[in-house]
Amino acid sequence: MNWSIQLKNRHFQFSSLKEVLAKSSEEKTGDKLAGISAVSSLERMAAKVVLSEIQLKTFFENPVIPYETDEVTRVIYDDLNQTIYREIREWTVGELREYILSHQTGLQELSRISQGLTSEVISGVAKLMSSIDLVMASQKMRFQARCNTIIGEERRLAFRCQPNHPNDDPEGILYSLKEGLSYGSGDAVIGINPNIDTVESVSRLLHMTHEFMEKWKIPTQNCVLAHITTQIEALKKGVPISLMFQSLAGTQKGNEAFGLSKSLLDEGFELMKRYGTATGPNLMYFETGQGSEVSLDAHLGVDMQTLESRTYGFAKHWKPFMVNNVSGFIGPETLYDGRQMIRADLEDLFMGKMHGLPMGIAPTYTNHMYADQNDQEMAGMLTTLAGANFYMGVPGGDDVMLNYQDTSFHDDASLRELFGLRPLREFEKWLERMGIMENGKLTEIAGDLSIFD
Amino acid sequence: MKTLTEEVVEMVIKALEAQKSSSNEKREGPSLNIKFSEYSEIGVLNPRNRDSIVRAQAITPARIGIGRAGTRMRTSSYLRFRIDHAAAQDAVRKDVNEEILKQFNLPILKTIAADMDTYLMNLDAGRKLSDCSAEWLEKNIEKGNQVQILVCDGLSSSAVESNMPDLLPALIQGLKLKNITVAPPLFIKRSRVWVQDHVASIVNCDLIISLIGERPGLATAESLSAYMVYRPNEKTVEADRTVISNIHKGGLSPVEAGAYLSDLLAKMLISKCSGVQFSQKRYLETN
Repeated sequence: MNWSIQLKNRHFQFSSLKEVLAKSSEEKTGDKLAGISAVSSLERMAAKVVLSEIQLKTFFENPVIPYETDEVTRVIYDDLNQTIYREIREWTVGELREYILSHQTGLQELSRISQGLTSEVISGVAKLMSSIDLVMASQKMRFQARCNTIIGEERRLAFRCQPNHPNDDPEGILYSLKEGLSYGSGDAVIGINPNIDTVESVSRLLHMTHEFMEKWKIPTQNCVLAHITTQIEALKKGVPISLMFQSLAGTQKGNEAFGLSKSLLDEGFELMKRYGTATGPNLMYFETGQGSEVSLDAHLGVDMQTLESRTYGFAKHWKPFMVNNVSGFIGPETLYDGRQMIRADLEDLFMGKMHGLPMGIAPTYTNHMYADQNDQEMAGMLTTLAGANFYMGVPGGDDVMLNYQDTSFHDDASLRELFGLRPLREFEKWLERMGIMENGKLTEIAGDLSIFD
Repeated sequence: MKTLTEEVVEMVIKALEAQKSSSNEKREGPSLNIKFSEYSEIGVLNPRNRDSIVRAQAITPARIGIGRAGTRMRTSSYLRFRIDHAAAQDAVRKDVNEEILKQFNLPILKTIAADMDTYLMNLDAGRKLSDCSAEWLEKNIEKGNQVQILVCDGLSSSAVESNMPDLLPALIQGLKLKNITVAPPLFIKRSRVWVQDHVASIVNCDLIISLIGERPGLATAESLSAYMVYRPNEKTVEADRTVISNIHKGGLSPVEAGAYLSDLLAKMLISKCSGVQFSQKRYLETN
């Protein structure tokens, strides 16, 4: 298949859907590194024009990575609602954009067409959208999920308390956890990134957080972000887990590099239903982010944004409680600066919601990227405006184990105040009982970890 | 009579001159020396138990017990965070001070990464020597030694600057005491770990070790890693390399690291391998 177009007296030609998608992406270094991005600004626009004219069925009939060779493609296609797809297959991507933005289209309509859209189409339509387009469309969609508590309700914003320590010292982790809770952070999950990925060490941290939740009667969920195989082993030994974690990629090759397959995720999910401590039905926590396939050399010539969208199409299969987007975690070889990071965050939040997922955002930056705290805070405010379900909560914004910056306990509390949002329902009541919050505002004692002495 | 425009222009010129002269002038009055603690302090007002916060800050490097202004950070903790980020960014973007390289007579080689942007965005560019450097190496290096040491800026020039003065002499001395032959060390600008494979292919050594600046965190911008590989070839993968990280004043100290690395290299020379294969051999020997 190929397309050609005249723009400003220049001729442009594209010979595959993959090429149209890659060249119509907003500028990002990862696509350049992969050698697939547009070589001029006008070529980028030519690709966008071509993209706007392509019918949805063209995407459906030509997956960017073949069904036969890729498990991610298979999960996306097998889960698609054929009836809904047939209703909209004649639409062009340009028409889809206008349908999404129309005053007549709300959550009901978007949830319905979402079941008939392939991930490549969702990526494509985002490439025709500006920042305000993406925020307005994202605002229309909110998706709830329940583990022990319910995430995603109107006017509520949750946080994962991320109390990491460079050598997993339980006492050090506990202090950071107490500090986070005293700022109202931790209603999404208490989630520790372990430095040591062994069953013994991970089990110790799961027991510790579980016991702390029991002792203080905290309505939330615990999780240790080890590899899924480590968590499965721990679960089989009776270790208390309420939420199971895994990082995902948008190609089978990328997932293989993560040591992951559909059957492994199926196994983890089934075990969580049988042995997990949570009410459910949503028992999985996934992390994703633009660029992982590029850094794993598993992109197969597809652009970062489209692969991210495919990751959501894959993730959806296990009805997760949280999908956290961490674009910006890798470095300047994928997202160069604050501008590219903010754009990726807005695209990812929109694309995740178009897949019907309970999305959260981690606006992050590393120290070798051209981004700073100001960029991160802008990304945080914009995605809160766009209705993200949750953010991370890191002491002082500095993760001392993973060596990158993320939203701080202070940022969490500030985003709630700025937008008049409340913690998750049960957790808010707990904060009130603890005297940390009154009428949605932090009290004088907030920010003092020693209240848990 | 002057026009209004002329009058305005004259006023602006005068104002600019006044500004210039005042900035050149030596300031009168007492000079203030601002003292700023770079270590975290207890910022919580009236904590319920101050001892807990003292203990918490001693046991984790996380930024806790720092208090708040409304929901925002207090001024000093906000500034401290930005200072640490600034130091980390400088460590990535600044070149290693050439005085330090001269001090150790390190020849300066380059990769094909022509500038910082290319280096950061194109991972492969930092993995190959430039033609000119490869040619120089071919002509000038002593070949066939057991160990070749590389000093690489990697992602932190500060790591190289702060660790080399202690680490390099300790490492070389440690190797010489064991009668291991060491080629003169080289510095490679804008280099990544895999450049060691290219160098090894030219210098024909048994083991090559890269002392390379790590991606800086906020806690320290001076952390260095040592990557070692035994006779790399085109089939070499990550698992074939042995890595010792976290070398800096607050972690594995550079002097200790020098001694430790020379022991490790000696063992690898005997085992004739590195990476996972080397760890497995050692595990079998000790169990």
